[in-house]
Formats: sequence, C-alpha cells, structure tokens
Amino acid sequence: MDIDDLETGEFRLTCPGETITSAHDFMRGHGTYVDDELVIASVAGTVQRVNKLVTVRAARSRYNAEVGDLVVGRITEVQPRRWKVDANSRQDAVLMLSSVNLPGGVQRRKLESDELQMRTFFEEGDLLVAEVQAFFADGAMSLHTRSLKFGKLRNGQLVIVPPVLVRRLKSHFIALPCGVDLILGLNGYIWVCKHMQDSDQGEEGFDAEAVYSNQNDEVDGPTRIAISRVSSIIRVLADHFVPLTDTLFLEAYNWLIEQEVNTKDLILGDFGDAMVAAICTVR
Amino acid sequence: MVLQSSRIEILNDGGLRSDGRRQYELRDITIEFSLQGHSDASVTFQHGLTQVLVSVLGPHEARMRSQTAHDRAIINVEVNVAAFSTGERRRRTRGDKRLLELASTIKSTFEPVVQTHLYPRSQIDIFVHVIQQDGGLLPACINGATLALAAAGIPLSDFVCAITGGVHSTSPLLDLNTLEENDVPHVTVAMMPRTERVALVTMETRLRAENFEEIFKLAIDAGKVLYMEMKAALQRRTRALVVALGSGSKATTQATAFDVDEL
Repeated sequence: MDIDDLETGEFRLTCPGETITSAHDFMRGHGTYVDDELVIASVAGTVQRVNKLVTVRAARSRYNAEVGDLVVGRITEVQPRRWKVDANSRQDAVLMLSSVNLPGGVQRRKLESDELQMRTFFEEGDLLVAEVQAFFADGAMSLHTRSLKFGKLRNGQLVIVPPVLVRRLKSHFIALPCGVDLILGLNGYIWVCKHMQDSDQGEEGFDAEAVYSNQNDEVDGPTRIAISRVSSIIRVLADHFVPLTDTLFLEAYNWLIEQEVNTKDLILGDFGDAMVAAICTVR
Repeated sequence: MVLQSSRIEILNDGGLRSDGRRQYELRDITIEFSLQGHSDASVTFQHGLTQVLVSVLGPHEARMRSQTAHDRAIINVEVNVAAFSTGERRRRTRGDKRLLELASTIKSTFEPVVQTHLYPRSQIDIFVHVIQQDGGLLPACINGATLALAAAGIPLSDFVCAITGGVHSTSPLLDLNTLEENDVPHVTVAMMPRTERVALVTMETRLRAENFEEIFKLAIDAGKVLYMEMKAALQRRTRALVVALGSGSKATTQATAFDVDEL
C-alpha cells in the first residue's frame, strides 16, 4: 500500500469511502472504519500515521475537546447544581456548581443557598472562559473556572471561527498593544475585549462582585474602534482559513493603520484579500 | 409532411431529447462550497437547471429532549422550496405533505450512511433550500447533502450518488428534466459507489417490469460518473483548506494560502 509514502512529507487526502490500507498491518483510528479487512476513511481530510495507527483528520469539523483546553462558551441552561454551556462541540458542556469559584473564599462549603442563587453567578446567555476538566462517559465535557483567569466575560465581543484555526499556544490570553485583550478559545470562540489591568491580588483578593458582574465597564471610543478592528481582522483571516497566531494579529493591525483602511471596508471590500496577501508573505 | 403534434417530442428520430441531449447524457453539474451563516458547511449543488442549497449544522446538542437517542445522533432534515423555483409561482408551506415526504426520504437515505453512533445524544441538521427546479429534485438534494455532510467533517461510510432514469416507449433515458418527468415513467436510484450498494430506489409512476432492470443498471453506471465529479469537487476543497492551513509542505503553502476561493 502506498501509505508508506507519508514519510516523504507529502500529505495524502481522503474522501469518505476511500480505502487507505489493509486492516491486517494497521490499526484504525479516528476518521476511519474497517470493512472487509480494509481500513477505509470516513471523513475528508489528511491521513496521519503513528506507527501502526492510521487516523484521518478532517479538514474542518466541530471542536474535539481535550483535557486542559481553554474554551470560551455560552450558558444555554441552568440545571440543578450545574450549568449547560454551548462550546461549539458535539454536545453542550457541563459546568458543575462545585467547579466554580464562589464568593467568600475558595475553601468554602457549598450551601443549599448557593444552589438556589445559581443565576446570580451565571445566567442563560452569559459568556464565560473556562478549562476542560474531564469527560463524561457519553463524551460530554466537564468544565471548571477555578482560577482567577477564568470566569464571566465582559467589555467586548465574541467572534466565531472554525476551531482548527486556533492552534495550541503558550498562552491563550493575548494582550495587544492597541489596548485590546484577546482570549482564543480552542473551540473557535474568540473573545475580543478592552484591556484589563492585571490585578495581582491573589486568592484573598477574590472579588465576587467583579467576577460575576453583569455590568460593562466604561469603554471609550478609541478602544471600541480597536475592538471592532481586531474582530474584523479575525473574521477576514478566518474567511481565508489562515491559522491565528498573536504575531499575525499585530502585523495585520499595523498594516490596517498604515494603509488607513476603514474597518467597514475591510469586511466589505477587497482590502481583506490585500491584507491577507500582505501579512502572509511576511509570515 | 408529418403533422406536427402539439406535444413536445421526448426523443426525436435523430436520437436527441427536447433539450438537445442524447439518451444517456447527463446535464451539467456545478458544485460550490460556501459558508452560509452559522452552518458548519454548505453546498450549492446545481444539476442542469435544478439548483439546491444544502447546509449542514452539527453535530450539536439535540434540541428536542424527547427525541434524543442515548446511543447515537439523530438526523433532522428540513426542506424549504422557494416560491419562485418552479414555472408557476406557488408558495409551499412547511407542513406541505410532499415536502415532508421529501425530507423523510432524504433522512432515511442518510441514516445508514452517517456514522451516527459516534455522536451519542447529538443532532445533525440538514437544511435544504430549493432555489430552482427542473426535474431530478430528490437526486440533487441527496447529492448536495452528501457533499455538505462530508464538508462538515461528519463521518460517512460512503458517498451517496443519486440519479433519475426513465423510459420513453422502449428507449431508456437518464437524468430527466421536468418536461420528461411529466411524460415518462421514471425511477430515482441512490447508490453508494464503494460497495455498489443501493441506498434508495423510489418511483412515483408505474414502470414496466421488463424495463426496470435496464434502467436500474444504467442509473448505477451514471451514479459512478456522478461520484467522480463529486469526489473531485470535495477533494479540491479539502486540498484548498489543508494548504491554507499550512499543514502541508511549506513550499506550497505560501503560494496558495490566499488563493482559496472555494471555502
């Protein structure tokens, strides 16, 4: 079988129903199935091989979570002792009441009153940033927000891109010099917001008022323009299927300022193509 | 001179059909991958003058709690026909019996093909918008849905390629347009090219039993031709995405990264 060609560096594409190799010599992984002693691809993507294991990675699919991933999600439902969170995955994620920080110190017993006032922490429609903690038997993921970095999102806007475009980075919290913070959720949800002052208060200074507040801070005009610029940049890059990295945002933003492109024109006109052309050659 | 009948000739003495095709000639196929709103993939499938837009959403959390299956995903098909899609303007409501039947035919065609057991308690939505119709509506919907599902990264055991075949007196025809569909008994066949299994055979008219086998075989052959077209289109798109992502070799990435027109 020509599966050995993979080592030459050339990638091999598959379509559903395409035979990859014999099932005698190889094990089937994700994106494949075995029929009649043959390993057959079930998705359109690239073949990857690790020793005897053959997998096909779809070119574009829903988010496949892994433990430790940072995700941005939206609360869809409040249930007894848990929230349901839409995280662009194949099922809604679960955020247990026991895996959030509650006001009044971290080392605190859960009270019945906490269950009754769950909506004061998170309500339907609230956006939050969290980490994948574990998986349930049926594949649904469990989230936690037990860190000061995580919690409810304010002062910005959400941009949705295909999840494959967000690669694992050293840090998914990016502060751009234009006064805009980015949270790149690995599920393809990206939060673009006003820059927040780092509050080095530690565990003691945990301010429940601020963490679960529904009120936006004052966002001034220039910051609003910067936020919408960055959001447009992300949308244009996603339209061209370019993987997102922090240096790319900077280059794109500087290009936008240099060329004096109106934010609206970037989305509507040919500037998007020009921008991608300009910054991708630099890359 | 022979008296010209008022009816249109389905197949003239020269072996040509009313739109100038030969007996076994298929119409032009155009496949366009685009992104429609919040869907995971959408495909505009044009077959002759029949045009459908199929969007796939999911797998995602099942919306109807009562219909959730604990061991597999459920498939939800909704068909919407534009009022301007036919010769005479006609508004069809969502509850229209013919549309419900079309939707349930598409659903039952794909249920064995989509590997739903990989997504327990989820739901996969297939939204079909019929923009133009000129015969072969069901095949166009099925072909479009196959491509949309594959483009959304949903595991399929195989492609499903569908085509209509009919018989005019004794001569078989393939890929009928509306004129022919109104006049000629016909059958729709959906096949899976890898195993050559048949996913769907449906008839709305009566067909003579002795003609059936010939048409059926022709339709299977036509399905293989369709498969080549659909596969090529899907592969073009996959290649474009993979190259743009840069997961391929580095030399090709730079040249074509911003050349992706078929997302």
